[in-house]
Amino acid sequence: MSIDYLIAILITVVGASTPILLAGLGELVAEKSGVLNLGVEGMMLVGAIAGFATVDLTGSPWLAVVVAAAAGAAVSMIFAVLTLTLSSNQVATGLALTIFGTGLSALVGKPFTGRGIKAFTTLFPDWLANDRFGRAIFSYSPLVYFSFIMVGVVWWFLNRTRPGLILRAVGENDLSAHSIGYSVIGVRYAAVAFGGAMAGIGGAAFPLILTPLWAEGLTGGRGWIAIALVVFAGWRPLRLLAGAYLFGLLSTLELYAKASGSIYTAILPSEAWAALPYIATIVVLAVISASKAGAGNAPQCLGKPFVASG
Amino acid sequence: MIRLNRRGFIAGAGAAATLPMLAGRASAADPVKIGYIYVGPVDDGGWTTSHERGRQQMIKALGGKIVSQYVDNVPESPDAANVLSDLANQGCKLIYATSFGFMEPAMKVAGDFPDVNFEICTGFKSAPNVSNYNGRFHEGRAVCGTIAGHLSKKGVGGYLGTFPVPEVVAGINAFTLAARKVNPKFTTKVVWINTWFDPAKEGDAARALGDAGVDVMTQHTDSPAAVQYCQSKGIPTFGQDNDQAQFGPDVVKTSTVLEWGDYYTRRAQAMIDGSYKPADMYEGIKEGLVQMAPLNPNLPADVAADANKTIAGWKDGSYDVFAGPIKDNQGNLKVPEGSKLSYGDILGINWLVEGVEGTLPS
Repeated sequence: MSIDYLIAILITVVGASTPILLAGLGELVAEKSGVLNLGVEGMMLVGAIAGFATVDLTGSPWLAVVVAAAAGAAVSMIFAVLTLTLSSNQVATGLALTIFGTGLSALVGKPFTGRGIKAFTTLFPDWLANDRFGRAIFSYSPLVYFSFIMVGVVWWFLNRTRPGLILRAVGENDLSAHSIGYSVIGVRYAAVAFGGAMAGIGGAAFPLILTPLWAEGLTGGRGWIAIALVVFAGWRPLRLLAGAYLFGLLSTLELYAKASGSIYTAILPSEAWAALPYIATIVVLAVISASKAGAGNAPQCLGKPFVASG
Repeated sequence: MIRLNRRGFIAGAGAAATLPMLAGRASAADPVKIGYIYVGPVDDGGWTTSHERGRQQMIKALGGKIVSQYVDNVPESPDAANVLSDLANQGCKLIYATSFGFMEPAMKVAGDFPDVNFEICTGFKSAPNVSNYNGRFHEGRAVCGTIAGHLSKKGVGGYLGTFPVPEVVAGINAFTLAARKVNPKFTTKVVWINTWFDPAKEGDAARALGDAGVDVMTQHTDSPAAVQYCQSKGIPTFGQDNDQAQFGPDVVKTSTVLEWGDYYTRRAQAMIDGSYKPADMYEGIKEGLVQMAPLNPNLPADVAADANKTIAGWKDGSYDVFAGPIKDNQGNLKVPEGSKLSYGDILGINWLVEGVEGTLPS
């Protein structure tokens, strides 16, 4: 197994992990404020078609990222109005948002099927991006670097800033936060909008960097993986990064093992390779919930509607 | 239906005596209702698109004599039975279940609705009101394999497999056998991805094959994701179900195009005439169900000539990719010299030919 082959695997892993990392970061912030939004898959699809359509019409992938973020945030506001202002059930409303986003993206996407776009090219000059070793670091689309920056930003925001502290307070104890004068609903609106924008960008990563086409259901259920990863990560951004890459690595290794032929079946039968990402998820979840710092880390007010009294 | 009832009502109010005759005439002119269930979205650019194109062609040909509806994105699970029952309850008299995974649900629902005809695409089970219909897709795969054998310098091809069902296995075998007729050392690496439609996974699997060193590739999945990857790397490839040249103008050398419209029209016409009988159908290049998209003009002349010879051979019967001697990839002689696989053998094939790497997932 040559170093070139390992670098090639790494590049595919990065591509597979980036959308779930982006969407997962958004969901993590929303959940930290106490809002469980199961509409990630729907928001990703809306972001995917918004991004694809923008590139198809204007040719600008940068603008596409902005439009995808705005589109994701916009549909998340439907969820926010229903759950935060009207106090509807978050689980049911989130599922409805996924169904709505799937249908809306399919409808808007009709005229865009069967077309190809130019993928988001790399940030760096060719001599770096195409270099034998340089490509391991410099060959990615700007969205990949953005996802890493956002891991740091989200960590810093939640753990080192005052607004981050307020957001966590709202998620841990909404009544206390309210009683000392913070706008619980306002903070949650902002967190849901951020979650929507990140899901939109995560969705746009599909047509922009993975498969430069639009097809109904393009995201293939990865929104659900993003939600699972937030729990898997114990609501911590750095663990989310690790989780997203573990999932990306295992699902990619399965394909590379099969493509390289006979070596893989000697180690594991192919069905076991296919099940590996899920087995790993269950094992890690079990380990985390067994440890004290794990599932107990869930925001106390997660999923509970807040109604200000008095 | 509403209009018919109203007409019946008015007729009844006007002249009760003539009502039975009128109603009889009305039901004879009643359009035949035909339902379809699709495994993917109608615009997947592949399998489901080809069926939808066929349905539209049928609607165009028969106009007001039929009414047709479809349900897309139906999961290949017991849920499909609910969708099929729903179509039957809505009055569909002929229902197409357009994927292998719909076979069991369709068999179950066919038992519940004995007066409704079901047709299963790539199925193999039978019942008095169930037909199976299928294309000899492997004929197109053989044309692609012929080209692949010429174009691959390393003699290593990649194949994106979905599920190890006979239709897919026959495609892999035909592709490999045809390529080995050109280059006896040609081998095929197969990646099974256990889905018909997941563009991101299809793209990743294509990357995995490209990184593993294949220099020609084809796929049995439903989206053009793999074709796009090949275009970005300059790896020769082939489209399936539809002409996918638009996604890889340089690298798509031809596409196996499925044209179901003629078959759907014939069957619907038989329903209208009352001559419909359940029967299995298995057609290919000769009958026009399987067609090859125009060869890419960048193909060398000798390669194009060989591809055209293969197509012509399928048409006049002088070519059969499954003519012996054929060994499986464990070295056992499966088809002796002088004999060939029957259609029945091909529809149930569950072994890989010599030259295909790996084993079938069970």
